[in-house]
Amino acid sequence: MNTKKTVLIACGTGIATSTVVNSAVQKIAKEHNLDINMIQCKMMEVPGYADRADLLITTTVVDKDQYKFPVIDGRPFLTGIGKDKAIAKIIEELKS
Amino acid sequence: MDSTIQQELVLLNVEATDKFDLLEQLACHLQKLGYVKDSYKDAVIAREKVFATGLPTVAGGVAIPHTDAEHVNEPAICFARLTKPVDFVIMGDDEETVSVDLVVMLAMKEPHAQIDLLQNLMGVFQDEDALTYLKTQNDKQNIVNFIKERVFNNSAE
Repeated sequence: MNTKKTVLIACGTGIATSTVVNSAVQKIAKEHNLDINMIQCKMMEVPGYADRADLLITTTVVDKDQYKFPVIDGRPFLTGIGKDKAIAKIIEELKS
Repeated sequence: MDSTIQQELVLLNVEATDKFDLLEQLACHLQKLGYVKDSYKDAVIAREKVFATGLPTVAGGVAIPHTDAEHVNEPAICFARLTKPVDFVIMGDDEETVSVDLVVMLAMKEPHAQIDLLQNLMGVFQDEDALTYLKTQNDKQNIVNFIKERVFNNSAE
């Protein structure tokens, strides 16, 4: 069975840097035929989505051990530094 | 709604003692011009303390301070160049800082309305030639034109 994965994309305000990351992840999903749910939110809203999330991508400081799902650094989509690695990590998480 | 950049939103040779002094100056400037509410200043400073916005780039540090949409009247970006860099904490880091001499303060409304703008801005930050231009150009109108062309190209008026 193929269940749709839910990806949280968060930043401090939920409107600025997460927007850039959101659109980058959308593109990755499309290119790799990954059918996912994406939720863009503020970091402080993440706990509210925690039980249905499979992955968190964020541009802020985060305690990775706090969550039951993996956390990926979204900053490479802002600075371009380490972007290929971040893309590979996201695909790996979403395909598994 | 399209975001605004114009000569009065371009500040060159800004002098600031630290990042908070700088944030206050820029927020007050945006407020005087009516783009943001009185509450924006405190909100953007509080936000910077919790969620830092310094970004190391190929050509030195930049920062993109911003805060919640409720403090904004009309979307705009304020471009500021500093005579002497100030330290910003790096986005996504607890304490590591980056020396910043170029700041783009964002007054943002809705997330998806400004997606092109944000993406284009990040594109500029990944482009050494573009950054060098923005750091050395002394004509405000040239900077406005450059930002319109490179950052606003999909949301042109």
